[in-house]
Amino acid sequence: MKSLEELRAIKEKMQSQVNMRKPEDKTTRIVVGMATCGIAAGARPVLNTFSDLIQQNKLDSVEVTQTGCVGLCQYEPIVEVYEKDKEKVTYIKMDAERAKEIFEEHIKKGKIVQKYTISTASLK
Amino acid sequence: MLPEIALTILDIAQNSVRAEASLTEITVNADTSADTLTVIIKDNGCGMSTEQLERVTDPFFTTRTTRDIGLGVPFFKQSAEMTGGKFDIISELGVGTTTTAVYGFSHIDRMPLGDMVFTIHTLITCNIDKDFLFNYHIDDNSFALDTREFREVMGDVPLNEPEVSNYIKEFLDENIKEIVGELVI
Repeated sequence: MKSLEELRAIKEKMQSQVNMRKPEDKTTRIVVGMATCGIAAGARPVLNTFSDLIQQNKLDSVEVTQTGCVGLCQYEPIVEVYEKDKEKVTYIKMDAERAKEIFEEHIKKGKIVQKYTISTASLK
Repeated sequence: MLPEIALTILDIAQNSVRAEASLTEITVNADTSADTLTVIIKDNGCGMSTEQLERVTDPFFTTRTTRDIGLGVPFFKQSAEMTGGKFDIISELGVGTTTTAVYGFSHIDRMPLGDMVFTIHTLITCNIDKDFLFNYHIDDNSFALDTREFREVMGDVPLNEPEVSNYIKEFLDENIKEIVGELVI
């Protein structure tokens, strides 16, 4: 069973690393809409996919977080990608598979996946 | 309605976060002898006025300008009441809000509790400046998670750091499995 001792060990290990990470080291923020509409549309597997992939790839500069309803409920699950010094990219009608694709192309290689962006996909 | 009680809890607890609560307490209590499953979400956020409180269970109360209420509360109420249960919400401006839903545990219309690991983990790691207390009771077994304890250990290291986030997920997963055992909730 996990104990607080184990958490203390994690803390000690982190402190011993020469360069402690700072919040400003995060350069990419993935935001998943998780209001009633987002949750109902299936935001949970989307958020899970991103957090698992970030963990697996040890991408310390990327953080995943959630937001409320942005008023586009018909396009949920919605994912917004914020990168330092770049314009926000909004992806719509996400699922776990598409999240994986966005992670591989956009987050890792910096290539926006146009077919899922709100400007392209909402016209279909 | 949302397909799992855990998703409804996530939804309602986010109202607490938006109400600027510094501490949100989530209690899940399954009492098989009384045949009830009780969910309590209590926060110390901004609270609601009497007028807001009266209309909070009305799905059409939501407006695009206030954004603080929508289908979440009506879903929560309906999901409990359709299992022969009860729903209650009390609130005071400047003090906070407490929402209680009692479900009929073995009622055929009660949706499964679902993935509480995801719900609590998401609340903690996506709101790192807020505290959460999660109490889970099943008959005589219980466990508690208190982010204030984690914070005391971690100091200024945020709770969404990958190693810490992973620890919290495993902590929840192991403890929940331990107390749930073979019971289907």
